[in-house]
Amino acid sequence: MTDAVATARDVWHRYGPRIALRGVSLTLHRGGMAGLIGPDGVGKSTLLGILAGAKRIQDGRVEVLGGDLGSARHRGLICPRIAYMPQGLGRNLYPDLSVAENITFFASLFGQGARERQRRMDELLAATGLAPFADRAARNLSGGMRQKLGLCCALIHDPDLLILDEPTTGVDPLARRQFWDLVDRLRAERPAMSVIVATAYMDEAERFEHLIAMHDGAILGSGTPAALRRDTGCDTLEESFIAMLPPVARAGRVRPDIPPRGDGSHEVAISAHGLTRRFGDFLAVDDVSFSIERGEIFGFLGSNGCGKTTTMKMLTGLLPPTAGQALLFGQEMDAAGMAMRFRVGYMSQSFSLYTELTVQQNLLLHARLYQLPEDRAHRRVDALVATFSLRDHLHVRAAALPLGIRQRLSLAVAVVHEPELLILDEPTSGVDPLARDRFWALLGDLSRRRDVTIFVSTHFMNEAARCDRVALMHAGRVLATGSPADLARQWNAATLEEAFIACLEAAGGERPAAEAPVLAAPVVAREPQHRWFSPRRMFAYTRRETLELLRDHIRLGFAVLGMALLFLVFGFGVNLDVNTVPFAVLDRDRTPESRAYVQAFSGSAYFAEHRPIASAQALHDRMATGELKLAIEIPPGFGRDVRRGRPAEIGAWIDGAMPFQAETTRGYLQGVHARFLQDLATARGKAATQPATIETRFRYNQSFNSINAMMPGNLALLLAMIPAILMALAVVREKELGSITNLYVTPVTRLEFILGKQLPYVALAMVSFAILVALATLVLGVPLKGSLAALTVGTLVYVFATTCYGLLVSTFSSTQIAALFGTAILTVVPAMQFSGIMSPVSSLTGMGAVMGRLFPMSYYLPISVGTFTKGLGFAELGTTMLELSLFFPALLMLAALLLRKQER
Amino acid sequence: MLRHLRNVFWLGTKEVRSFLSDFTLVALMIWSFSFSIISMAQNTAQEVHNAAIAIADEDHSQLSQAMAHAFLPPYFKPAQMIAAKDIDRLLDLARYTFIIDIPPHFQRDVEAGRVPAVQVNVDATAALQAGVGAGYVQDILMDEIRRHVTRGEQVPADAVTLAVHLSFNPNAAPGWFMSIMGIINNINMLAIILAGAAVIREREHGTMDHLLTMPLSPVEIASAKVLANGFVISVATTISLYAVVRGLLAIPIAGSIPLFLCGVMLYLFFASAVGLFLATVARSMPQLGLLFMLVFMPMQMLSGGNTPIESEPAWLQVVMQGVASTHFVSFAQAILYRGAGFSLVWPDFLAVAGFGAVFFALAVWRFRKVSAVAVG
Repeated sequence: MTDAVATARDVWHRYGPRIALRGVSLTLHRGGMAGLIGPDGVGKSTLLGILAGAKRIQDGRVEVLGGDLGSARHRGLICPRIAYMPQGLGRNLYPDLSVAENITFFASLFGQGARERQRRMDELLAATGLAPFADRAARNLSGGMRQKLGLCCALIHDPDLLILDEPTTGVDPLARRQFWDLVDRLRAERPAMSVIVATAYMDEAERFEHLIAMHDGAILGSGTPAALRRDTGCDTLEESFIAMLPPVARAGRVRPDIPPRGDGSHEVAISAHGLTRRFGDFLAVDDVSFSIERGEIFGFLGSNGCGKTTTMKMLTGLLPPTAGQALLFGQEMDAAGMAMRFRVGYMSQSFSLYTELTVQQNLLLHARLYQLPEDRAHRRVDALVATFSLRDHLHVRAAALPLGIRQRLSLAVAVVHEPELLILDEPTSGVDPLARDRFWALLGDLSRRRDVTIFVSTHFMNEAARCDRVALMHAGRVLATGSPADLARQWNAATLEEAFIACLEAAGGERPAAEAPVLAAPVVAREPQHRWFSPRRMFAYTRRETLELLRDHIRLGFAVLGMALLFLVFGFGVNLDVNTVPFAVLDRDRTPESRAYVQAFSGSAYFAEHRPIASAQALHDRMATGELKLAIEIPPGFGRDVRRGRPAEIGAWIDGAMPFQAETTRGYLQGVHARFLQDLATARGKAATQPATIETRFRYNQSFNSINAMMPGNLALLLAMIPAILMALAVVREKELGSITNLYVTPVTRLEFILGKQLPYVALAMVSFAILVALATLVLGVPLKGSLAALTVGTLVYVFATTCYGLLVSTFSSTQIAALFGTAILTVVPAMQFSGIMSPVSSLTGMGAVMGRLFPMSYYLPISVGTFTKGLGFAELGTTMLELSLFFPALLMLAALLLRKQER
Repeated sequence: MLRHLRNVFWLGTKEVRSFLSDFTLVALMIWSFSFSIISMAQNTAQEVHNAAIAIADEDHSQLSQAMAHAFLPPYFKPAQMIAAKDIDRLLDLARYTFIIDIPPHFQRDVEAGRVPAVQVNVDATAALQAGVGAGYVQDILMDEIRRHVTRGEQVPADAVTLAVHLSFNPNAAPGWFMSIMGIINNINMLAIILAGAAVIREREHGTMDHLLTMPLSPVEIASAKVLANGFVISVATTISLYAVVRGLLAIPIAGSIPLFLCGVMLYLFFASAVGLFLATVARSMPQLGLLFMLVFMPMQMLSGGNTPIESEPAWLQVVMQGVASTHFVSFAQAILYRGAGFSLVWPDFLAVAGFGAVFFALAVWRFRKVSAVAVG
């Protein structure tokens, strides 16, 4: 038995054509703390995902905690001993849940009982300083607190291997320091626990015992930080990292030596006075004031969510301030209007170019939108392409560009109109050090040579140190402003980072963590882990999903009110009654006989008479506009012919555009005509002679109101569509937000995950069902003639099946919008065509009949129709219900098989 | 002015490029204007087709046999013989839509002039089939009985004959109706989705902020989206009408297609504006999807495209006059089915343009407001 906790040998990983890992091999030692360093996109996250068992191993061999990670059985056994915190602030947490609810959820997944859970939660909250915020929703936590919560959730089950993927990116320096102190204390208490961390901050990497530097999917080198520095002969890790890069990558290295700013003009470019912005109760920016001189590079330093972006949006005029004033070149943005926008360039936080356009198309589009004349636009674009070294990528779509080049393109676009002022919101986050250096060299050039004022925000200390002046921002307030050197001096600190920390502490900062031990006692007794099915884990998901659903008013509202609205719309809209056919008469005869004929129609409830038609042309026109659905023409001499017993002919024109309406109208027309003939015959004393009579009995719906026939179908359709859509959204939402990782790395099984999430939606569907039945009987006036109990049981069985149908769709959709429309189409089409809503199932033949047999609605429709209009109960519908109940297990198994327990 | 037009033009080009590079949307568009239309045209749901019919023959006579064999495809499936005692049960299970009960001694009674009664049981829950089909069944039965009585002799003509003409669609072919309605529904659906998705996509990618900091007015941004989406859908509609409906399905179109396309453009202005407006209300793509369903479904179901608007309650008809899609459906049917000219449909055109202007103004007004509230 070696002391290796994890070993990887020659691991390769591809995403489509892109290679993320190229034959990586490494060994982690028990009780060690290893750090993966390198910029975004080099394969750090992929490697950690594989070690955590979240990603499938494509090629190579990985052993973790004494077994092959490729074996599902081994993963099942060891996953309670691994804790994994994926990248992104709290990506595997549930933002709508409170701190305590999040921890409870994770504890339940690892099978802890209530008492054990409470004890450990109290300890962890005390140790991380989160105890006062136990009831706060995770979405309202600061970045640092969110990461601490992530750590609590990871530690709740006392893991042997802790995997942290960029846990401190975008967190303020004090919170970062506290986070690492916490990890250190934890390691001191549990010396056997091994930790592996990825980070993009080189300065942070100094803390780790063992470093692994990665570039382009391969390991550049590894060793202790001191050894790495010594081997490369550099002073800092960042320099060492650059030195280790292959020569090709290092070629074209630019050192951003920005000369000190000369004593240029002191004209003020930007000034802010008491800027304040509120979002509801939340104070995003609180009384911020500063002024920036022309040609200055001014840095805004602070954590994610501290108000940097909001301040910048107020400066650009995107967001009106709640209070205070922002002036650009002495003018208010709004007042200056369009003219000012030509003087400002803005680069927003996310990459904000059209990814579907090529580099050249992007540049030209912006040049044109800034009103550059066509020839100047082309010249300007050529010049920019040269300055920003974009020549090789001119016809590449922006989506296909590496991050560093995209940032260059963004900057090129922001300066296309040669603005005097540049506002850049975190322009370099995620960019590798070399690209960052080039970017800053360009900024230096713009500032010093072209006198462009640059206002830039960042959370990298070394970038902030390059600015002429920086403002330290925290929780919506500017704590201090000054040149980096002045700030360090002022706070008696060696570096800007220490100055910031001192400043944060002076401002009250984040709550200092209690010095309590993190884990007073290890987990006493793990409950026996049920490998296949544990009701506790399932209900953990049920509880969580219910809480989330209750807090998401949009989805909840759609499920309940939206369904009721659609039900009423269908009830009123899908009306096949043809009641008041608008008709008019072109009476060329005008005799008592012709008037008697018209009287037969106007007296009928099925027809509504409009003003008489004047001419043949009018007949055509009035039918063409759709005003008349029926026109009757009585020829001259009609009265005379009838009186003399000579055959007469009447013309009738029916609007055939809407076929069923036309057919029904024809039926009414012939009925009225026949009655007229009968009356005529009776009047002449000749009784009609029919050889037989035909008694047509409209069963179940004597009045033949279409609402009685359609309503049960609408009920079945909505109960199929809406619960399926919500269910599909619920699963795909987890995929989009990233919390699906918890399915990959915790002991929860696919069946528990599916069933647990399904239960709240089934309950919700039953609530909607109750509302719809109430609407049907009270508002639409369709009485329930049969057994309510049979209808309810049938519905319950049905919604279990339809929610499973949604699950099935969700297994092959990757975005919520695809899941939404996919489910809608895949429900409505078979529902309308093969399930008996429009034409009865008994009329289907061939493929249609087979499709109908395979869709649950074909079995539910007889239940809803049967109970509502036919007065049936369990006795008659029992068999159908049994058939319907087979769908749930079948669809459930299919969905469970198709749902992946690992990411590709 | 020229500057505004230039801006709208270049932004519009960008929109069209973005649309063309979105594989899913292009696929959705092609599918809905071709296969979806074809399948709707071939949908037989609105007519009596393959109706299941059974006969409880308690007479077993020549006449009752003839009556049973009178039901022919494609309207009816071959009639099945059942026992009279099973009638109720089979109707309960919805095995048949029509069950005819021919009483004992039926033929004898007919021949003796005792005017016996045949009973036709119709499952009135079978929506469309039941109503129209019941009339067919009566006619077929009566014809058969008459033929038996007269033995093929000429029946004296009625005193007054009624010559019924079906205007605009002489055979009442549902395919005509369904394919045109399919196009109308697609225009409605795609215009809202495309315009709404274009805005949400810009917001999610952060490019909306970018546009708003440039020397562009919200009116220009919104107009570019409306025009670009309108252009794409108009092209698809034109191709679909000429190639699919007229060419492939060989459905005659009564009126002037150019006139209809003018109307479509007006309506696209309205529907795209609604899409833009919804996108300013929704915060994310899934929310837009849910909102879309709540807006589109009622518009589609209630504006007279699927079922006659005269059948709705009077108050609802009044309400629907305030929705542009009602006017769109009205002029679309008037032009395409009934060959109406501009002199007949201009009030509907005017109404659509008016509603479009209102929603466009609303969308532009919300544009800036919403982008401001979206916290970065």
